Amino acid sequence: MLKDVTLGQYYQADSPIHKLDPRVKLVGTLLYMISLFIFNNIYCYAIAAVFLITVIILTKVPVWYMLKGLKAVLFIMLFTVVFNIFFTPGEYIFEFGIFHISREGIKGAVFMIIRLTLLIVSASIMTLTTTPNRLTDGIEKLFRPLKLIKVPVHEMAMMMSIALRFIPILMEEADKIMKAQTARGAKFDSKKFMDRVKSLIPLIVPLFISAFRRASDLALAMEARCYHGGEGRTKMKPLKYKAGDIVSYVILALYIAAMVAVGILSARLAFFQFLSK
Amino acid sequence: MPIITDHLTYVYGSKTTLQKTALNDVSVKIDDGQFIGLIGHTGSGKTTFLQLLAGLIKPASGTVYLDGEDIYAKDFDKRTLRSKLGIVFQYPEHQLFEETVFKDVCFGPKNLGVDDKETELRAYEALKMIGLEDEVFYQSPFDLSGGQKRRVAIAGVLAMKPKILILDEPTAGLDPAGRNDILGLILKLQKEQGMTIILVSHSMEDVAEYADRVLVMDKGSIVFDNTPREVFKHHEELKELGLSVPQVSVAMSKLREKGLPVKTDAITVEEAVKEIIRVLR
Amino acid sequence: MRFIKAEKVTFEYIRRDEDGNVEGINRAVDSVSLDVKEGDFISILGANGSGKSTFAKHLNSILLPTEGTVWVDGMDTKDEEKILDIRMATGMVFQNPDNQIIGQVVEEDVAFGPENMGVPTQEIIERVEESLKTVGMLDYRKDSPNKLSGGQKQRVSIAGVLAMHPKCIVLDEPTAMLDPVGRKEVIRALRALNDVEKITIILITHYMEETIYSDKIFVMNKGKIAMEGTPREIFSRVEELEEYKLEVPQITKLAYELKKQGLRLPDCVLTVKELADALSR
Repeated sequence: MLKDVTLGQYYQADSPIHKLDPRVKLVGTLLYMISLFIFNNIYCYAIAAVFLITVIILTKVPVWYMLKGLKAVLFIMLFTVVFNIFFTPGEYIFEFGIFHISREGIKGAVFMIIRLTLLIVSASIMTLTTTPNRLTDGIEKLFRPLKLIKVPVHEMAMMMSIALRFIPILMEEADKIMKAQTARGAKFDSKKFMDRVKSLIPLIVPLFISAFRRASDLALAMEARCYHGGEGRTKMKPLKYKAGDIVSYVILALYIAAMVAVGILSARLAFFQFLSK
Repeated sequence: MPIITDHLTYVYGSKTTLQKTALNDVSVKIDDGQFIGLIGHTGSGKTTFLQLLAGLIKPASGTVYLDGEDIYAKDFDKRTLRSKLGIVFQYPEHQLFEETVFKDVCFGPKNLGVDDKETELRAYEALKMIGLEDEVFYQSPFDLSGGQKRRVAIAGVLAMKPKILILDEPTAGLDPAGRNDILGLILKLQKEQGMTIILVSHSMEDVAEYADRVLVMDKGSIVFDNTPREVFKHHEELKELGLSVPQVSVAMSKLREKGLPVKTDAITVEEAVKEIIRVLR
Repeated sequence: MRFIKAEKVTFEYIRRDEDGNVEGINRAVDSVSLDVKEGDFISILGANGSGKSTFAKHLNSILLPTEGTVWVDGMDTKDEEKILDIRMATGMVFQNPDNQIIGQVVEEDVAFGPENMGVPTQEIIERVEESLKTVGMLDYRKDSPNKLSGGQKQRVSIAGVLAMHPKCIVLDEPTAMLDPVGRKEVIRALRALNDVEKITIILITHYMEETIYSDKIFVMNKGKIAMEGTPREIFSRVEELEEYKLEVPQITKLAYELKKQGLRLPDCVLTVKELADALSR
């Protein structure tokens, strides 16, 4: 169960997208997501989808692997679809008691699915093609200006990187403890909510203790290796923009330009359609 | 209460990702009161085998019979299994969670549905058995020393009064004295209470000293199943599996090579001493 | 040349009850004095709780003595301005392989130390490559540490320390959580470092067989140094060692028992070959 989470896992491959500077991918993903929210008409989504599919092909990550990430959020997607279909007022095409489905509802649901899929796939492309370390490096460097207003950027990036390293270790540990307590007759699948919460204590307490023990060990090990904050630190792999990164920024700019242009055009079109009615 | 595994197989990974057979068609019978030493290098399938015996994971095919009952049958009550078979995992002290030592040991029997009085009696007995002093009973388990925590965790399993006790490297990380304490306790449980013991160990010396029967695992299969004396004759084969034989065993072979006419089947220090003295006198 | 000098080092910590009142004072290290020469391979043996790990943490300013002084390469460990220099001079490897690897890729972890020291990028790359090569882990440089075996993880940790170009490495029970194969890998790597790179090694362990190649062994008991000498001197005192909850390797034990039976053998036998040679004479 715990092992099925693929969202956020790195997939090793030799692709132009893997080689990009993490900052390009961070900025790209962010702009892409924003563009989906601002320009929400069918023409723009077509452009966004084509753009995303091109990127997917470039990453060399198998499509089924990427779609596995969607499984985790399937429930949320279904929920929004149902919500949209049944609760959007408009021209009803089907009615049964208090349930009614409107044309607008269906349209909204379809849009929602497309948008969510694009959003999630674009976010997972970033994590699938960037090692967590490069990602935190990217975040650290991208947000460096925030240091001026006393945001501890280096510390937060280091924290993220450590958290990411320990997620698989703690998951494995949780699995072990669960098995050990099951062998002592513990039940984790009680029907009653309160029993269920109670039954988690034999799992949560040891897990917390273990996490604290690991944290204090790690702190010692870091100190022994001369860690003393971000001051005066150098990097083995400093981030430097290469030609490919500049090209990507240009492509990104062109994509945004196309979205804006089509967005404005289709808004005008709708306006004229409205006038000519 | 014999355990029989019937063509037991376990496969890791789902259909979409890489599949790996962790246990491959294992059929063995373990009789009452035996002391089994289970050896094999890391990743040979030992832990998977133990978890299958304890009903903690589902086999891909095959099954386990405990007392003639299929433990993976739909109508089998897992509680029966838990009350008959106890398992002590690696670093078992990492499962302690209660406020006091005594409460933690009560956790197992309570889950079995044993009444309060009986639970407390069992917990008391178990703690006595592992040799913990009374004044520690109501302390927090987290204040104890490493060796004490380990023993409390074992008591937590013993309080469930299993007839079969599985231990996965119960002495890992302990010093020699701590190691001997735990092994002595296990031997006592087998000899005095007639418990069946399945002990996973990396120490060939310990296995040679305590086990009546040794199972050697490699790549998910059992490759040797015999008395320690017979198994440890296979120096070369065991070496190829990333395992070794007791040091005295190596010494006896070496002595024979050097022309001393000793028998090479000694596996403990006492046996080796007797044999060398016999030849030299 | 003397590299480490400890003079009457005592370390005490205060035990408190639940309300924070002082319950008592524990003396984990009790007036320990020792000298370590540059280029030596030193082992510190002791049972769990003998104070050996606490003492080790004094060797690079992680803990400071309550009384007494530790000098590392001529620097007093209490001198706050020298802390980074001291930590660069003596690197440290800990017991749990998972809890000391910071990077998510092997080479990134090895780079962590030099990065903290402000080493220029090009030199970090060189140091990482050279260190991974020394411990035989260069082929795994792009891998995730989570995929490695315990022995491999510990070798990565050693490489991480090596990349800081220390004169001395202190290892606090680096093999306690490993299987025999991993244990051998680590010890072999340490011996090579000492032989080839002339790095001073201080190995803390309770596995006797790991210490037979050291130049000198210190045995700790209850915070004090109980024995000190070459492996041969130490291992010939079997009964004394058992008193300190330790145990000699099986082969030494065998020779000791044979000698008790009246056979003429040298005072201390450390390897199978020595025993065979002595007996076949």
